[in-house]
Amino acid sequence: MEKIKRNGTVLFSEYSRGEAVKKALTQSREDILLELRESKLKGRGGAGFPTATKWMIVAAAQAEEKFIICNADEGEPGTFKDRVLLLEYPELVFDGMVVAGYTIGAKMGIVYLRAEYSYMRASLEGFLESMRNDNILGKNICGKEGFDFDIMIRMGSGAYVCGEETALIESLEGNRGEARNRPPYPVNTGFLGRPTVVNNVETLAAVSHIIVKSGAWFQKHGTDKSTGSKLFSVSGDCAKPGVYELPWGTKISELLEIVGAKDTKAVQVGGASGFCIPKSQFDRKLSYEDAATGGSIIIFNESRDILKILKNFMEFFVEESCGQCTPCRIGNSKLLEGVEMLENGKYTFAYMNKLKDLGRTMQVASKCGLGQSSPNSFISILENFKSEIFNSNGGKNGF
Amino acid sequence: MLVLEKHAMTDEIEKLVEKYGKDRSSLMPVLQEIQKKYHYIPEFAQQEIARVLDIHPVEVYSFISFYSFIYRQPQGRNIVRLCKTITCDMAGKDGIVKAIERELGIKFGETTKDKRITLEFVNCLGMCDQGPALLINERVHPKVTPETAVQIINELR
Repeated sequence: MEKIKRNGTVLFSEYSRGEAVKKALTQSREDILLELRESKLKGRGGAGFPTATKWMIVAAAQAEEKFIICNADEGEPGTFKDRVLLLEYPELVFDGMVVAGYTIGAKMGIVYLRAEYSYMRASLEGFLESMRNDNILGKNICGKEGFDFDIMIRMGSGAYVCGEETALIESLEGNRGEARNRPPYPVNTGFLGRPTVVNNVETLAAVSHIIVKSGAWFQKHGTDKSTGSKLFSVSGDCAKPGVYELPWGTKISELLEIVGAKDTKAVQVGGASGFCIPKSQFDRKLSYEDAATGGSIIIFNESRDILKILKNFMEFFVEESCGQCTPCRIGNSKLLEGVEMLENGKYTFAYMNKLKDLGRTMQVASKCGLGQSSPNSFISILENFKSEIFNSNGGKNGF
Repeated sequence: MLVLEKHAMTDEIEKLVEKYGKDRSSLMPVLQEIQKKYHYIPEFAQQEIARVLDIHPVEVYSFISFYSFIYRQPQGRNIVRLCKTITCDMAGKDGIVKAIERELGIKFGETTKDKRITLEFVNCLGMCDQGPALLINERVHPKVTPETAVQIINELR
């Protein structure tokens, strides 16, 4: 893997290893929490929960041990920003974890790395070892008496659902990756029943910059409700796919221009569990308040068959559903059957509307984010691409 | 399995549990290490891991059955996984599938007779900007073409 010099305003700006840790250790835990609150940093995995709130709850909890978990189970189709961060900027992620450990009072950090990324493991372990040698990890970090913190890497074994925080914790505890009921949230009863912060790789990387450059600086980027910048993983039909750092509030049309996309028919924002946005809505802004996303941008040009794309997504969900709750287990197979009916032109509009209702039921009745968001593609594609879907396949559509 | 082999495996599992701790949360790393060596989790190993970790064998079985990278059946020495998610699909996954299947004479989901290669589909590898992508054992190969894919696979031993 070649390392490219990347230019960016926030995450890809200048940073040297250990900087955030050294600065954080001169401050009190309250100061760090206030700094985070001022930055208005929200979870970068896509759910957008305020990071400061999460940390405050765990920092305030009374417990024998606490944990900080870095969620590196990046499985959403079309997302690969964590791959870039872990390969090229591990110092940002690990320093962010040490800062979290200091702030919430954890002694142990765990990186849950997806099995598909096991090729990174050796270099990450090496990096952790060098941090230990330089006393940025281990006992009495940077000479601070009584602050001991270490990080271990645990591998996943190929389950998309383990990116969901409670499923991830189940998996770490040696169980099937089946999501728990929430509440209680991991901040109260997380790994081994202890208060636990689970943060996305990118969130932790942002923390390192906020500590060094202040929350006010971070807040200057992006929009009022979505501060800072976001890494977008751009793939599909464009001249320059890759990871881009752009401020929140960038319009989809602007992004398409940057990556050199031509004849774009649709953009899938947020991966398989996101929304398919048609040409007419390309002026929408990528932000928590408009088109919210974990950063996956898949571009489809005019030559692509939208049904084939939808089928690929539905097959993905049927395979990756953990199967413990009925709406998701059965619902996704039913939606996939519906897509096959559309393909063969053997459908009725009444049944398709029923399936959309089923999708809406799944959005409220599923136990975790997987089932709650898996109908998004189905519903948005059927709504936004009516003419292509129902007016194709040789007039079998009742016209 | 021979008695001697069983003893060796028991020793191995006990050493691994010592390394990771005698807690259920060690289950995943222990299984991963066993699999690295045997390319799957033999039934005897499942029972032994359960015994040493003090959980029911059914719990181990159910755990293994959940994760797509842990196997209950013997696999090939090399596991070749091809990404089938949307971007790799658009980048020409089907051509790669045909070329590999023709070359090896087996279908995806099968293992060659000489146990050299197991072919599998996998969901998004996180190489969407460089598709189609192959994951061979633990190494990722971006931007493969039918020709290079076959070439890489033929070099596996």
